[in-house]
Amino acid sequence: MSLKSLNIPVIDFVGKRKYAMIFSAILLIASIASIGFQGLKFGIDFTGGTLIELGYEKTADLEGIRSKLASADFKGTNVQYFGSDTEVLIQLEPQAASSAQISSSIIRMLGEGIDVRRVEFVGPKVGEELTNDGGLAMLYALIGILIYVAFRFEYRFALGSIAALVHDVIIVLGVFSLLQIEFDLTVLAAILAVIGYSLNDTIVVFDRIRENFLATRHVEPEPIVNEALNQTLSRTLMTSLTTLLVLFALFYLGGEVIHSFAGALLIGVVIGTYSSIYVASTTILAMGISKEDMLPSEKEKKEIDARP
Amino acid sequence: MNHYAPWKNTLIVFFLFISTLYALPNLYGSDLAIQITGTGDYVVEDGDLESISSTLTENNVDFKSIGIENNNILIRFGDSKSQLSSKTLLKDSLSRNYVVALNLAPSIPQWLGGLGGKAMSLGLDLRGGVHFLLEVDMEAVVSTSLDRYYNELRTILRKDKLYKKIRKEDNILFVSFKSEELKNEAKKVIKNDLPDLVILEGSELELEFGLEVSSNAQTAAKSSALKQNITTLRNRVNELGVAEPIIQQQGTERIVVQLPGVQDTARAKEILGAVATVEFRLVDEKNDVQTAIQSGKTPSGSKLYKFKDGRPLLLKTTVIATGENIVDASSSVDQDNQPQVSIVLDSSGGRTMLETTKEFIGYRMAVVFIENQVETIIEDGVAVKKRSKTQDIINAATIQGTFSNRFQITGIDSSREARNLALLLRAGSLSAPVEIIEERTIGPSLGADNIQKGFISVLVGFALVLVFMAWRYRVFGLVANVALTLNLITIISILSMIQATLTLPGIAGIVLTVGMAVDANVLIFERIKEEMRSTKDIQKAISAGYEKALLTIADANITTLIASLVLFSFGTGAIKGFAVTLSIGIITSMFTAIIVSRAIINLIYGGKKVEELAI
Repeated sequence: MSLKSLNIPVIDFVGKRKYAMIFSAILLIASIASIGFQGLKFGIDFTGGTLIELGYEKTADLEGIRSKLASADFKGTNVQYFGSDTEVLIQLEPQAASSAQISSSIIRMLGEGIDVRRVEFVGPKVGEELTNDGGLAMLYALIGILIYVAFRFEYRFALGSIAALVHDVIIVLGVFSLLQIEFDLTVLAAILAVIGYSLNDTIVVFDRIRENFLATRHVEPEPIVNEALNQTLSRTLMTSLTTLLVLFALFYLGGEVIHSFAGALLIGVVIGTYSSIYVASTTILAMGISKEDMLPSEKEKKEIDARP
Repeated sequence: MNHYAPWKNTLIVFFLFISTLYALPNLYGSDLAIQITGTGDYVVEDGDLESISSTLTENNVDFKSIGIENNNILIRFGDSKSQLSSKTLLKDSLSRNYVVALNLAPSIPQWLGGLGGKAMSLGLDLRGGVHFLLEVDMEAVVSTSLDRYYNELRTILRKDKLYKKIRKEDNILFVSFKSEELKNEAKKVIKNDLPDLVILEGSELELEFGLEVSSNAQTAAKSSALKQNITTLRNRVNELGVAEPIIQQQGTERIVVQLPGVQDTARAKEILGAVATVEFRLVDEKNDVQTAIQSGKTPSGSKLYKFKDGRPLLLKTTVIATGENIVDASSSVDQDNQPQVSIVLDSSGGRTMLETTKEFIGYRMAVVFIENQVETIIEDGVAVKKRSKTQDIINAATIQGTFSNRFQITGIDSSREARNLALLLRAGSLSAPVEIIEERTIGPSLGADNIQKGFISVLVGFALVLVFMAWRYRVFGLVANVALTLNLITIISILSMIQATLTLPGIAGIVLTVGMAVDANVLIFERIKEEMRSTKDIQKAISAGYEKALLTIADANITTLIASLVLFSFGTGAIKGFAVTLSIGIITSMFTAIIVSRAIINLIYGGKKVEELAI
């Protein structure tokens, strides 16, 4: 029975994998170049510094605020509207003498009757720690996943899924670097969630590849992988769609605070969906997966035999 | 086939009933309230309840109810005006044994509260409030403890005239001797009387050795400094009047302070970080301050101090009393409407004060304000701690008559300063300087915005998914929707039961779970469709669909769970909240999407002759 007669779409994903590789390579190079040349725009969570969000009754006078700050000799200030023109975000680089008192003195200086919506101060040491911890968290997540996938499948699958994850993370970081969107703790959380999501997708495809290898007498890996990709395609798209739906809700309705969080997830889900179709399977094909690698060990064989 | 045993269905219904029950408290709003707590060991009792309630009635304040809940007196109000006016009223009328704080009290019906039902606890980013991370200056702790050992060592060795000289260098005490016998004798004495001091390896010369504080003693000093600071901070927070504050240790040298609902964060910052105290000293009237400055030599027994405006004054080195002798302090204004702080000393302080004022009538006594500060500055790209100590004379007044333990300090700049000083003196000083190394403040208006926006995005995201699933999978889609709804209820009930703090990223985690939770159902439904293409037996297709998808679902979810557990252990507030809801959501979604949806499908199609599936 061919796929066509089963009414399953037959798209030649595997045959087109060269184009996908070129596409991915371009994205990766652009991302790495952007990260290398202009870097990420780290938020105060990582750089340290002070952030103040103020609410005014009428349109806020940004120039007035800027000149007041300048006259008080604060260095590296950035004043901008935040969400609407009655809300102002003031960001300060770490000052020579950074302390939590800076925000109090600024608020006092700008006058009474302003609604203080948010104040964040991160000391230089804390920022450094958060950066280190963040990097470590990413590494631990990848290692944990590598071990689990290697244990559940086979090392080539583990490498395939890690290749997809690294691909996704670099591209999301690349977009953040290219557009100079602020990278804060919530974005880091989003990227870790992207890792989880993209992996979820990849695992579903891998599961099907393994199943197909075991179920057919074909030995050529390419058609088997392609068949698995087609069989899981509608699920892959459906889940991405529902996830994107809720993310659009978060992105547009969740408010400024989680705007970049939702943005990172939106990009990540799109890239993650693409990578689980192209990158992960291309990698395992490149590493030469074959039916023999799928044959279960003695113990697993018994379990399979015991199935109804 | 496709039939669950009755016990299985009963169990599922039971689970869902319990989760719905414990999710219910979140439907009830909360009342504006005032919470009154006893300070220290004091616990509020029925007597307090009666007197407070009569105070309120006498002043014609409208309140909904009053009662004792969890060792607190809780007064609920209908409007914020009577809440605020009662706070001022009660704060003035109650003694300092009570903390009076504004709060929001959940208005859960009694039967539900009796079952242990609680609403989710909202994080600071949703209810507004301040989060501080304070770091205790441990180097200062070590150096203070070294100073103490230095003094003890001198006293002990002086008894038998053992040592020649003791000098302090880089946290090491070098002791030199006249002879080897004396050195050996001193070693024995130190070993017996000051076991916390150990000889630094390789520092021993013929007639000298270096001593350092043993690492055990250092650790002990650090941990006791941390504990004492926590106690002092708790006292200060109580003075500020905050409902449900969190003050806890983080790691070995940090303290987290969370103050929900605090509006005046500037004051909170001033109060928490201040290491301030006062000293009372006599003015040196015999020597001229100008001569001392010009010659550059201060007479022995005196020390040069300055007023805040820079005027110099010679004060005696002997201290009459310090902040540690103060048992109570309160701020007020004097006859001339100038701010002042009334002081009550303990018995030993009172005795010395009485003796001094008796002997030195007509002399001046000065009040010195001492403040220690530590801040981290960046020098050549490296963060270093900068310490500073200011000692200002607040005032110097002539002793008009004798007094002992009760008197006033005047000469304070503003009533705000007087209030702060009184508070700091009351709450006790910090045993080591602290520095605020992280602050996150969310104002009440942003908190309310966040709740609203979070709620709307959950609602809209949820509705979109419901519509989409129903359109794509028809009857099965509706079943998935029921499962999804139950999933949301279960997440909320678990969050309420374990009282995990819900934050805005936490809400984002819930939204994301809503999107991802249907994945399990999508996997199953797509699989059933596929099975239907190869078999005519619909019952078999349903069953095979569920079975074959199961392992895939488990694999996919476990890997996501790994990522979210890493997030959790990474553990900073914002991220933790996201990790908690995501983890819970993944686990509950497996239950609802696989087991609950199967139960419903079984009820609809199980055991029946089905011609066509609406999928």
